[in-house]
Amino acid sequence: MKRILFGVALSSAIAWSSATIAGFCGFYVGKADTKLFNQASQVVLVRDGDRTVMTMASDFQGDLKEFAIVIPVPTFLKREQIHVGEKALVDHLDAYSAPRLVEYFDEDPCEMRRYEKLSMAAPAAGAGGARDAVTRAKSLGVTVEASYTVGEYDILILSAQESSGLETWLRENGYRIPAGASAVIGSYLKQNMRFFVAKVNLGEQAKLGFSNLRPLQVAYESPKFMLPIRLGMVNANGAQDLFVYAMTRNGRIETTNYRTVKLPSDMDLPVYLKDPGEFGRFYKAMFTRQVENQNRSAVFTEYAWDMRWCDPCAADPLSGDELRRLGVFWSGAGDTRGGAAEVFLTRLHVRYDNEHFPEDLVFQQTADRSNFQARYVLRHAWTGGQTCSAATEYRRGLVERHTREAGQLASLTGWTLADIRKKMGPDAPVGPEPAWWEKLWK
Amino acid sequence: MADPRLYQIGTLAALLVYGMGWLGFDITPARAALLLATALVTQKICDRISGATAPFASTSRSALISGLSLCLLLRTNAAVLACLAAVIAIASKSLIRIRGKHVFNPTNGGIVAMLLLTGQVWVSPGQWGTAASFAFLMACAGMLVVMRAARSDVTIAFIACYAALVLGRSLYLGEPMTIPLHRLESGAFLLFSFFMISDPKTTPDSRAGRILFAALVAATAWYVQFRLFRTNGLLWSLAIWSMAVPILDRLLPATRYEWTRPHPRPIPVPAPAARAA
Repeated sequence: MKRILFGVALSSAIAWSSATIAGFCGFYVGKADTKLFNQASQVVLVRDGDRTVMTMASDFQGDLKEFAIVIPVPTFLKREQIHVGEKALVDHLDAYSAPRLVEYFDEDPCEMRRYEKLSMAAPAAGAGGARDAVTRAKSLGVTVEASYTVGEYDILILSAQESSGLETWLRENGYRIPAGASAVIGSYLKQNMRFFVAKVNLGEQAKLGFSNLRPLQVAYESPKFMLPIRLGMVNANGAQDLFVYAMTRNGRIETTNYRTVKLPSDMDLPVYLKDPGEFGRFYKAMFTRQVENQNRSAVFTEYAWDMRWCDPCAADPLSGDELRRLGVFWSGAGDTRGGAAEVFLTRLHVRYDNEHFPEDLVFQQTADRSNFQARYVLRHAWTGGQTCSAATEYRRGLVERHTREAGQLASLTGWTLADIRKKMGPDAPVGPEPAWWEKLWK
Repeated sequence: MADPRLYQIGTLAALLVYGMGWLGFDITPARAALLLATALVTQKICDRISGATAPFASTSRSALISGLSLCLLLRTNAAVLACLAAVIAIASKSLIRIRGKHVFNPTNGGIVAMLLLTGQVWVSPGQWGTAASFAFLMACAGMLVVMRAARSDVTIAFIACYAALVLGRSLYLGEPMTIPLHRLESGAFLLFSFFMISDPKTTPDSRAGRILFAALVAATAWYVQFRLFRTNGLLWSLAIWSMAVPILDRLLPATRYEWTRPHPRPIPVPAPAARAA
């Protein structure tokens, strides 16, 4: 079984040898036994003017012989425009921008004061030829415009007169293209896009000694600021998750052909979410619920922040050097100070399927520099035994607060109040709220 | 006949409430109030300076429409830039006139000027989404406005031309029809078609002129969007072709539109000497 990963602005992917193509953005088309569906793709987009640097991280887990990626790209790419990056940088970006929990500890109500401490953050990733060949390619109307070996990848840049020729060529060369891909390939060809095809060169890979696939990076200049997702949806079975980390000089990015919505943030939630695994569960359930609330047709902003700082920090800002390696071309080389360059980061999260996302994602850079983060607040109750009147009042307020927290969690995730109360343990609000008249003459 | 602007104000206000309350538009009530107040004050000042004969009760309606449209479209972090956009929008009606007719649709002019001059404002064409029911509602409400303004021809011609181009491109590329339909359901496109290009004060006076104008705006907007790959093609295109309206009016003369006159009659064009004064 082979799989293809479809790429970006480019946009689509393929698997080698008896390979199947999967859509970029983590969608793997394979046999029914594949366990790889629902994995998330991560793309870093660095954009200023018409210049784009794109980093595509794959969490491909299968046999590397089976891996291939086919991406429509808006321009021809020279050897120097292609690079192999580091997954650790994408992971750092993920950690820095992830939804976060913040906790506060109530102080002695007889002497109120609070302090804040960052608790934890939920990273995203869990969610998700030879001469003969050239001759044959020509006879099919396919032009192998270039062929490179970059790091552990063998890369071809293809153009074609007709989609059927390209499709035949890909099939003959071991890429298994899903039915229906031809029309999509054709529409990209008519827009003068090239296809970037990469597979793993096992010899090079062994020499280099990497066990996992490193992200591919491409740099190009084109007015098109988009991510092709259509090829990836050709054979899709259900929705796919995509995380886009966009870095610009000026401000937040958003999609122009779909609604971009901020994830609900800044809610007080029950403190049990701090328990191992609970925050991750919350994030997934909450995201799924928000997707449904927006009729599955919105793109979500999870983070929008000036890269030079954070508050609270889920992870340190990326250093100037890290930014440069991710493609921030306006950042000074060799600069190792934290977030030195002028970079505004937007993290978008989209769950897309063919029905609700018929066209490719098109972006624009806005002048919006207001900060946003998906942040959830845990307030730990004060448990001292003082008995001043303020303490009595505090305890009464606590019941209301816990009721409110349980309600907010239920509405964000769709979980039942009964389940939430069970998990809240001793914090669970007991019994129904007092009736209004019970508080009337107090 | 009642002033069609009242319907327009009602519809735009309802859309603003819907956008702020349900779609999470990036504008606060305070900012909206500030924008509307700035538009009204600017109108008052312009009326006084230009010695307008129309009462403020009438001119303020146009100012409100511009203010509401800016609330729906213009986004910026800086309140002062929002105010500046409102001032430019309203003042352009008095300042940029040819043969007694203002050149730019005030909202369009205000936004395009700010985009060009500051780079600190933006328009979010995706903010409406494409929920079919909403598109339908907006189309109907908008149609009501243009029918009452007796200038539905420009809207219909524009939608027909733009839809033909978008559909034609998808047919040529072999894309499924869901793609062009998704583009044509866009709230931003419908809002532009029914509430901006339909402005009877800045479109050509003759029907032939208006249809030609609509076709030119549609073709240029399409070109900006799908050949140059730039956003806001509709806004740029309208601003460009607004400058050609005086020429279209000269080539294809007709009666000028008045908001509150049931049977429009010709308005004498002032002599050059009078205008210079």
